[in-house]
Amino acid sequence: MVALGEVILQAQGIEKYFGATHVLRGIDLAVRQHETVVLIGRSGSGKTTFLRCLNFLEEPTFGRVTLGDVTVEADPFRISGRSRKGPIRHMRTHVGMLFQEFNLFPHMTVLENCIEAPMHVKGVSRDEAVATAEMFLEKVHLTDKRDEHPARMSGGQKQRAAIARALCMEPQVLLFDEPTSALDPELIGEVIVVMEQLAHEGSTMIVVSHEMAFAREAADRVLYLEDGAVVEEGPPEQVLDAPQEESTKLFLRRFLSEAERPAQTGLRDGEPWSRASVEAMGHHGHGEAGRP
Amino acid sequence: MTSAVQPQDATSSGPPGGSDPAPIVGQIEEADARRHLRSRIVFALTWAFVIGGLIIALAYSGAIDLSFLQQGPPWWRFILEGAWLTVIISVAAILLAIVFALLGAIGRLSASAPIYALASLYVSLVRGTPLLVQILFIWLALPQIWNGFGTIDALIMGTFALAFNYGAYMTEIFRAGIQAVPRGQREAAAALGMSERRTFLRIVLPQAFRIVIPAIGNEFIAMIKDTSLLTVIGVQELLWRARTVGSSNFRMLETLLLAALVYWVLTIIFSLAQERLERRMARSDR
Repeated sequence: MVALGEVILQAQGIEKYFGATHVLRGIDLAVRQHETVVLIGRSGSGKTTFLRCLNFLEEPTFGRVTLGDVTVEADPFRISGRSRKGPIRHMRTHVGMLFQEFNLFPHMTVLENCIEAPMHVKGVSRDEAVATAEMFLEKVHLTDKRDEHPARMSGGQKQRAAIARALCMEPQVLLFDEPTSALDPELIGEVIVVMEQLAHEGSTMIVVSHEMAFAREAADRVLYLEDGAVVEEGPPEQVLDAPQEESTKLFLRRFLSEAERPAQTGLRDGEPWSRASVEAMGHHGHGEAGRP
Repeated sequence: MTSAVQPQDATSSGPPGGSDPAPIVGQIEEADARRHLRSRIVFALTWAFVIGGLIIALAYSGAIDLSFLQQGPPWWRFILEGAWLTVIISVAAILLAIVFALLGAIGRLSASAPIYALASLYVSLVRGTPLLVQILFIWLALPQIWNGFGTIDALIMGTFALAFNYGAYMTEIFRAGIQAVPRGQREAAAALGMSERRTFLRIVLPQAFRIVIPAIGNEFIAMIKDTSLLTVIGVQELLWRARTVGSSNFRMLETLLLAALVYWVLTIIFSLAQERLERRMARSDR
């Protein structure tokens, strides 16, 4: 694993209200270069909202986010108008994001997906953008899908293409928002393998995921969130295997026991961790699939 | 028929070790095809029977006399040439309407209050008044405000009136189409650092267009028929020619029937074209 560098992305006092609901209650996070941070917690704990606040897809109500030497403050009354647009775009250009639903552009081929932003946001020439895209498509093992439209690909292929698209911007930080939650269990492994490879090569990553095996394997730090606050954080072996807080213990106990149930009883509607259990089940398959 | 039912090939043609479902599948497909063909034949016969009956009834009634259509320039050609103008007006008006609709939809989705208000006013005003009133207003009332309007050709003013009207209806179609593009598409583009304008032009609009194409097709077909309203301002399209020939020869039945027939054929042609386009789009990448 690559040694950690300076702090590259910093979030301070992030709070978020949806109406009167206080979904984030003041979260601080400083991520260092080459670090992989995994956020875990029940659905509704605010981990996805927090991740989306980092690139302002969600407007935080209070707090500030700093990337390198650019800081963007929360703007609850929307008084700054257009003056924040530049810094926010600067951040987004340097922070890649992966979505649960992939969000590839369906009217473009995989290659066109990959070169759109480098050409028109970074101003890279077409030849250079294509060369970069081909390099990253090879990295995610999709060279043969270069000219395919996303509709003709499996979920796992789509998410890998989305990873290639994000990498083509050569971002300083990658945000993963439950990247395997929409995948069939047997397809989770191929995405996790790519993510683990990125982590080992020194990408800076913030990952919201229920993939405990990924957290153990690739995370430098795990944060457990509950009710919009960080309850416990530390290296994975500490948070996942020897949690100090009662709520972390409870979450992990219920999560893991759900995960070990037979498939037909794993899904229970209304249970916040029902989806997590499905993913965790899928992950057993991944373990056998082998790693690079 | 009975021989096809015998599963004689079930063992010989199947792959070794597996049971081959092909004979029964083939029989089901054949039966489906036969049923399909039968219903199409009944469809065609019904149409032929009713239409043929009407033609025969008209012919025997003695009310119809088509011989005058051979006279003049001849008249039948004069009327049919109006169909060209009808199609040209329809195409021009629908293209202009798309521009109005796009601007209207952008306005209706704008965060800017005055722009939203203007776009909403456009839609409300146009949808709240009859198309015929709008056509007459643009042709007869506008020159009273400024003489220059009176010098513009009826064809241009009429086409503009149709486009203005259809643009308002299509504004709502485009707005719905733009909103139907999943939010994740916009978010993905934003997360890549794309500007709002670029996101709209490159990501949202192409997908919205695909969504609204069937609806635009319907509007176009309706437009073909609504061009006939321009007859009241003297545009020499299909209906104007039919009426002119009919009234000067005292033969409205024949000329209006001919005009109606041409409208009907035009809408059938463009409906089929639209169906084709939709099928091809469905095949292309979804």
